[in-house]
Amino acid sequence: MTRWAMVADLRRCVGCQTCTASCKVTNATPVGVQWRRVLDQEIGEYPDVKRAFIPVGCQHCDDPPCVQSCPTTATRKRADGIVTMDYDLCIGCAYCAVSCPYQARYRTLRASFAYGEPIDSEAMTHRAERLAVATKCTFCVERIDDGLAQGLKPGVDPEATPACVNACIAKAMTFGDLDDPASNVSKLLAENRHFRMHEELGTGPGFFYLWDAGVLDPSPPLPPPPGSSPGHALEGEGKWSALRGGQA
Amino acid sequence: MSFGPNPWQQTQWDWRAAGNFIGGGAGSGLVMITALSGVQGAAAAALLLAGLALVGLGLACVWAELGRPLRAMNVFINPRTSWMTRESIAASLLMPVGAAAAYFAWTGAANIVWLAGLLALAFIYCQSRMLQGARGIVAWREPLSVQLLLATSLAEGAGLFLLAMPWHGSPLAALLVIVLVLARAGIWFLYRQRLAGRLAARAKTALDGAGRVLLVGGTLLPLLLVAASYAVAGPVLAALAGLLAALAGSTMKFVLVTRAGFNQGFALEQVPVRGARWTAG
Repeated sequence: MTRWAMVADLRRCVGCQTCTASCKVTNATPVGVQWRRVLDQEIGEYPDVKRAFIPVGCQHCDDPPCVQSCPTTATRKRADGIVTMDYDLCIGCAYCAVSCPYQARYRTLRASFAYGEPIDSEAMTHRAERLAVATKCTFCVERIDDGLAQGLKPGVDPEATPACVNACIAKAMTFGDLDDPASNVSKLLAENRHFRMHEELGTGPGFFYLWDAGVLDPSPPLPPPPGSSPGHALEGEGKWSALRGGQA
Repeated sequence: MSFGPNPWQQTQWDWRAAGNFIGGGAGSGLVMITALSGVQGAAAAALLLAGLALVGLGLACVWAELGRPLRAMNVFINPRTSWMTRESIAASLLMPVGAAAAYFAWTGAANIVWLAGLLALAFIYCQSRMLQGARGIVAWREPLSVQLLLATSLAEGAGLFLLAMPWHGSPLAALLVIVLVLARAGIWFLYRQRLAGRLAARAKTALDGAGRVLLVGGTLLPLLLVAASYAVAGPVLAALAGLLAALAGSTMKFVLVTRAGFNQGFALEQVPVRGARWTAG
């Protein structure tokens, strides 16, 4: 079996929004619609403040609330884990939008363009069938399917990989098969601590966030590097044991 | 649309969606209560038709909210998992059966008002589950929202039934209102308790305001008015009690959908650890 999943390395993401722009260009989403967006979050209080950038979008859940709630079966889940939209079936009731805990769904009631009237590129890419229905990230399913048909490997070959992953300047985003232990995403998850958002809701997101390296084996601390403050040891380059559960 | 991590009020369902919960809930509640009361004849027919009209009004509201209203029939495709489909099926059965029940009640040819009552109950149940199935919204996905909406719809129906007491004269009307507004108030307390600490500040403010309306305007005042109506034999006071019981429920539903429908935002469960890490050694 195959289970396509996305891994975002929060340590690498710099919040440049290139993935957002790439998604918009590739999928020709209208003004105000960002299937892939990056949150900019400040954590803590001055002076102990950290900043994190969090790519979000459809999480392609194991148990997607949007699929359950959709009255028309326009939203479906494929065997490979990708949650798809059939724009011709959707009635635009937005039940999926209020069912999604990740705010990943959009409904654009009328056509809107960056400068009022559509410029040439917008006129070329405008898709009327997406008006007044629910839309969301599809993991660039057309690219994946076309790539697979050509014998390419999604997540490895750019032609078969979601546009946001290809565009990422920091290699913060990785796409691959969760069911393949040798895949890039499986390796990343094995070697790093990770979590999934709103896990308590039981939706089983197919979107993982890396936040730290695997835990250090309980071996003697490494000596401090030259010039470091006394009393501190650097936890690095040591023996790392992999964690697969996303434990804190 | 907010792009930050903090919760925000959903904007996909507005007053039109709330209208479905208000009209559909009160209307099917009225059909259910009419069936339960045993009222017969022209009064029963009028009450049933009034209930169906409210359900129809609610459905018209939600139809107006559809992005693609001409495809509305697609709503019936997914009864396997979707409570919206199930609600639609219940409504499409309730309307003709309710109309037939009204006709039979008027003519006295047969009594199928119990069937209309059962379908009305099914409709209310589906509607309540529909809201709870919206797992993106904190105040809606709370399991007790099902009981809250059920009790509210029945209390609204009982309120309207009491409002019409001068025409049907059922002695059950006041009793039903008393029982149902008390049940609704009790469930409301439990519901708010379960949500404590989980709501966004603005959602909490909105819900607490609606709660005050529900408890004072929709529970305490109707109870006092019903008691006063017995004391002074005033049908107007009883009718006013019914109206208040219904209006307070509608207010709560409106607020729940359009003011307290906050998502939970985004949660960063772990802060990314960047660069070299230093620990006491």
